[in-house]
Amino acid sequence: MTETVFFYAFAALTLLGAIFTVTLRNAVHCAISLIASLAGVAGLYLLQRAEFLFAVQIVLYIGGIMVLFLFVIMLVNLDDAARQRQYHRHWIAGLACAAATAGLFTLFLTRGTASLQLAAPAPAAAGAPAAGNVEALSVLLFREYLVPFELASLLLLVAIVGGVIMAKKRI
Amino acid sequence: MLYPVTTAHYLVLSAALLLIGTIGILLRRNAVIIMMSIELILNAVNVNLVAFSRHLDQLNGQIFAIFIICVAVAEAAVGLGILIALFRNKETVLVDEIDLLKW
Repeated sequence: MTETVFFYAFAALTLLGAIFTVTLRNAVHCAISLIASLAGVAGLYLLQRAEFLFAVQIVLYIGGIMVLFLFVIMLVNLDDAARQRQYHRHWIAGLACAAATAGLFTLFLTRGTASLQLAAPAPAAAGAPAAGNVEALSVLLFREYLVPFELASLLLLVAIVGGVIMAKKRI
Repeated sequence: MLYPVTTAHYLVLSAALLLIGTIGILLRRNAVIIMMSIELILNAVNVNLVAFSRHLDQLNGQIFAIFIICVAVAEAAVGLGILIALFRNKETVLVDEIDLLKW
């Protein structure tokens, strides 16, 4: 019961934050709404027992990426842009997406969980798990996914070099 | 009366988040907010992956979520760098005024 209440609270935070991110005029307000949305997603991770991802979401997204966004909003003068028209004129695609969202919710609210045919959930493991989330995750990451892990470090190196080159005035 | 939360709830939430992000990308003119919408979409994918990780009781989904966060960080860094370079040259962040490659 508590889980249900928390799920709806975090889901409302996530969706309202997302809607305000997309609709507000001032870019700083959009960034703050995005922070609320990301915090809601972090809460959903915690509800699903993904504690490591919860911490990563708080530290990396809310602490890192959003600070980067706010720096860029500070560097790029957005006052002119805030005074102009905010939306494109061709709104058909956006209307289609909104209609798809509405249809999705209608389907789910009328037909319930039977509207999605999922495989049977895995049976709950008997007793307490042998290791916590972080330990199990690290074992999996450093044993089975070692090569993608190293490739990710290469990707981050490329991103560092690319970011410096893009933002530098003259190379 | 409250129903217990199932995987389907998380999937519907993630689909809604993805569609809101798509609306943002398609309709907004401000490039900074378009990048924020991309972050929303990546978060929706992560919610989906974690939901299935819980559903199937396997941790592989969370590993993929970690990699997606890594890619999102790289994308944000390079994208915002491009945005600053663009603003320095064109003095605008509205995407329909940046039409150098348009005939």
